[in-house]
Amino acid sequence: MEPIVTTLVFAPLVGALIAGLFGRRIGDLASQSVTTGLLLLTCGLSWMTFYQVIWGSWAGQETFTLAPFIHIGNFISNWSIRIDTLSAVMLVVVSSVSALVHIYSWGYMAEDPSRPRFFAYLSLFTFAMLMLVTAADFMQLFFGWEGVGLASYLLIGFWFKKPSASAAAIKAFVVNRVGDFGFALGIMTVFWMFGTIQFAELFPLIAAKAGTQWTFIGQSWSAIDLACGLLFIGAMGKSAQFFLHTWLPDAMEGPTPVSALIHAATMVTAGVYMVCLLSPMFEYAPVTKQIVTLIGAITALFAATVGLAQNDIKRVIAYSTCSQLGYMFFAAGVGAYQAAMFHLFTHAFFKALLFLGAGSVIHGMHHEQDMRKMGGLWKYLPVTYAVMVIGTLAITGFGIPSLHLGFAGFYSKDAIIESAWAASGKNGIASFAFVVGLLAAGLTAFYSWRLAFMTFHGTAKWDSAHADAHGHDDHAHDAGHGHDDHAHDDHGHAHKPHESPLVMLLPLVALAVGAIGAGYAFVESFVGEHRNEFWRGAIFNAPTNHVLEHAHHAPEWVVMAPLVVSMTGLAVAIYVYLMNEGMGLRVASRGGPLHTFFYNKWFFDELYEATFVRATRFLGDVFWKIGDQKIIDGFGPDGVAAVSASVGRRLSKAQSGYVYHYAFVMLLGVAGLLSYALWAWAH
Amino acid sequence: MTGILSLITFAPMIGVAAILALRAMSAGQDTAVVANRAKIVALVTSLVTLALSIFLVSKFDAKDAGFQFVETVTWFSGATYRMGVDGISILFVLLTAFLLPICILASWESVTDRVLEYLAAFLLLETLVIGVFCALDLVLFYLFFEGGLVPMFLIIGIWGGKNRVYAAYKFFLYTLLGSVLMLAAILAMASIAKTTSIPDLMVFKFDPQVQMLLWLAFFASFAVKMPMWPVHTWLPDAHVEAPTAGSVILAGILLKMGGYGFLRFLLPMFPQASVYFTPLVFALSVIAIIYTSLVAFRQVDIKKLIAYSSVAHMGFVTMGIFSGNAQGVQGAIFQMLSHGVIAGALFLCVGVVYDRMHTREIAFYGGLANRMPWYAAIFLLFTMGNVGLPGTSGFVGEILTMTGAYQVSTWTALAATTGVILSAVYALGLYRRVMFGELVNPKLAAIQDLTVREVVIFAPLIASTLILGVRPGLIFNLTAASVDHLVGAYKAAVGG
Repeated sequence: MEPIVTTLVFAPLVGALIAGLFGRRIGDLASQSVTTGLLLLTCGLSWMTFYQVIWGSWAGQETFTLAPFIHIGNFISNWSIRIDTLSAVMLVVVSSVSALVHIYSWGYMAEDPSRPRFFAYLSLFTFAMLMLVTAADFMQLFFGWEGVGLASYLLIGFWFKKPSASAAAIKAFVVNRVGDFGFALGIMTVFWMFGTIQFAELFPLIAAKAGTQWTFIGQSWSAIDLACGLLFIGAMGKSAQFFLHTWLPDAMEGPTPVSALIHAATMVTAGVYMVCLLSPMFEYAPVTKQIVTLIGAITALFAATVGLAQNDIKRVIAYSTCSQLGYMFFAAGVGAYQAAMFHLFTHAFFKALLFLGAGSVIHGMHHEQDMRKMGGLWKYLPVTYAVMVIGTLAITGFGIPSLHLGFAGFYSKDAIIESAWAASGKNGIASFAFVVGLLAAGLTAFYSWRLAFMTFHGTAKWDSAHADAHGHDDHAHDAGHGHDDHAHDDHGHAHKPHESPLVMLLPLVALAVGAIGAGYAFVESFVGEHRNEFWRGAIFNAPTNHVLEHAHHAPEWVVMAPLVVSMTGLAVAIYVYLMNEGMGLRVASRGGPLHTFFYNKWFFDELYEATFVRATRFLGDVFWKIGDQKIIDGFGPDGVAAVSASVGRRLSKAQSGYVYHYAFVMLLGVAGLLSYALWAWAH
Repeated sequence: MTGILSLITFAPMIGVAAILALRAMSAGQDTAVVANRAKIVALVTSLVTLALSIFLVSKFDAKDAGFQFVETVTWFSGATYRMGVDGISILFVLLTAFLLPICILASWESVTDRVLEYLAAFLLLETLVIGVFCALDLVLFYLFFEGGLVPMFLIIGIWGGKNRVYAAYKFFLYTLLGSVLMLAAILAMASIAKTTSIPDLMVFKFDPQVQMLLWLAFFASFAVKMPMWPVHTWLPDAHVEAPTAGSVILAGILLKMGGYGFLRFLLPMFPQASVYFTPLVFALSVIAIIYTSLVAFRQVDIKKLIAYSSVAHMGFVTMGIFSGNAQGVQGAIFQMLSHGVIAGALFLCVGVVYDRMHTREIAFYGGLANRMPWYAAIFLLFTMGNVGLPGTSGFVGEILTMTGAYQVSTWTALAATTGVILSAVYALGLYRRVMFGELVNPKLAAIQDLTVREVVIFAPLIASTLILGVRPGLIFNLTAASVDHLVGAYKAAVGG
């Protein structure tokens, strides 16, 4: 087993190195083939591992230690590969989506001159993500955590000539660092609290510490709550939760396949994964669990409201991702980690599908991303249309409760909403999450169908718009390359939207299969009857935690409610965008306060700009120009020079000849003092 | 093996002698030819020294916490020539020997004025710095320590930029202040303990009251060297004016003399005072991390930005050392080593564009990634090292020093951890402004990517950054015994 898991983790790194270092020598085709080939290998081995771990002969948990990383006293970290159900689920999610995105990029990036670099980054990301999910201790987890951050930074800024892209890249990195600030402190707290950073050693120690106090920055805290709370800050950054979400929409500056892989299906779910992985800790952190629930619920609602008002097709999906991550967190917060992981799993398929579908639209529309300039595309992009509808049905959780039959999101989202209901008895925040979950489900349905209708239905707005854009613009990928002249000849001279090539459609179809079937196929394993045999202890539920149990016995109205609200959302979308086309735009152009608020993303960017960004600049200037130059230098060296006027005058005439004088004085001083010293000591 | 330390220490002096002989013999010849010969002599000398140092490490017994390869020669009445290395100092010997050939290669084309003297100054500096790390006698240590400043001072003052005299003056003033106080302390110690042997002084128990004064005096000197806030302002000026290789040595080695001094003198010799002053050191460290990171963010000169970031990184070192636990001290040593490599590499990166364009103004650049992809990749690697990305050596030191400090003061750890955010802000901001965007400045239109010589210079630095980032144990194995001994003795002395 060890050679298999080692190969699957390191194959993408090999691909990244080959494409990254020798890309220009071996050429585009070879770089793409090597990275994609190795990713397919990883994908195959991941599914094999998944199968073997859960139903096959490798049952159970195993950790393979490859090499030591940091060993200082009992601060011990190793490079290792931890295989259990949790990591196996992540392996298949990450490697499958990554493999499909690699394939898709053959088509999507076909005209980009830096393809080897692109594929190298994609594979590097995959490697870091695999290291993250197979970590057996906090240091390797952190390595993967920041490694995916690096890859994300590089890919968001892939078209580095565009100022907006490089700004978005920095923003993503820095906001994630804010999260990592908490994460790092969490790791330190765990280390000094328990004397270990190995998960396997840590988890058995936790129950004994439950209820004890821990002093941190002069305050006494509930120990486990504090540790989990700090770690959760890291999760908030990586998973773009409320307060630390601002980077995710901007990350859409990256090429669309990147958005699908990193900013929808995999990296942003790392925070959810971490909370589930650390369920043995979080189960003993009641207060932090409440915070997780609250933040998750707020994010789910907040992002959905912002998603209502956006016009950029990718931004709508980005906020949708943010919102769905909120669902996962409040599921984990109420103790239904299995439901959170289930939604993570199904969401990976349908959200990657939606993003890659959007990419296909953008590709077909010659790099137009504004939905107001689309419309009526279903005729021109029939396959994309079909899979996007499937994706939308999946994210809106369409299904028939009485038959237990539906699209992927139907199973996982309902499991989350039912869990929130089940936990809400004595828990006000869980009740809030339940209500918000329902409300956001309605909003999700509305904005998702809005996207589908604005893009594929109604009148085509692209003819005129496109002619305009064409006078001066080329077909170049955003800003990636200058003038690729008539590379687009095959698009036809009318510049009609066109369906994407097969290499892009095949991944879409594969993901569509997942968006249809992943829920039905796995619901019993993840959250149903077979969940204990499935998870085998990889997720821990405290003996008092019966939330999933209760969720199964949710009353009829709770089971029906998500369908009702999402149908309502659909109905409103039909009314506004199909029956009364143009109504949406009219509402928007009226600029009501609510629309303005949502459209401007609750003014978070403005708020942060006015506070943190400005404060940083201001303090930097004060410390530099006043602190260093006026005070320290003024009273220090410059002051000394000024006191001795002659020195000052000499300095102003500065000639290199004087250097020797100083050097001589220095030597003389050394010699003199030393002679005195020796003389004094000898006597 | 007796004598190997002296051999390593004084090997560069053979090169100095050869260069001086060369100068005497080739008077009147074509200076370019002579300069080339001298460069080869210097490079070979430094490579031989490096080879000897590697040999030294291979013979070093990592399980022995004490001093090894000890040489003792009675010098003259009272003063003894005593050399030796332990697991801590041997690393700095290796670091010095490692960086010197890189410095000489880096100066290959950029220095054209008084080349022979320049090379001789570097080799002399190597001798004196290695001497600092090997000396086991106070007087000898002081000689090397102060003597090392002279060639550095000359390198800045003669081969520096426009404001070199001001920078050299500032450097001189600060160091003088520290030196005087340290000398007084050395005198006092010698008269109290009746010995100048460092190993003996490390076990000598000074009266706690006396410790306070001695501690302050040594601290003043080492704090200037680190440099710690608020005696750091000489460093940005010195860096900006120094030639590229001078900056590499300054950041890579000279700053480490301060940290080494803390480990060799303050902790073992004045444990009670060290504990007493720990809050002061923590406060200054944290201020350095936050304050200088913010200042770095606002810089308009690439070198100044990196210089300020050096001060911030040294803040982690002082914090780690005074944590007084294994994580903190190991982390601090590792951080010094790693910073030596990464900051050195970053200064070399600045040198690459400075050699081509003769300006370090950030606004002049922009969009370099378009024309210099390899340079962009290498700069990115070291930027990430500077930011402390896991997988690079920069991470290991930071996380360990913060972990170490957490045990002593969670406030300190909390404040220091904000440094991980701020470092991303200034380092990535610099990278963006220099590398990303369109290449708009017409003067950059023909700028060339790295030459073979430059790649050769960067190769060992890249390798160390990554290898140490993934397998820091290579260093910890060497230092573990000595650090455990140091920490154990420290804790025993202060009853912790």
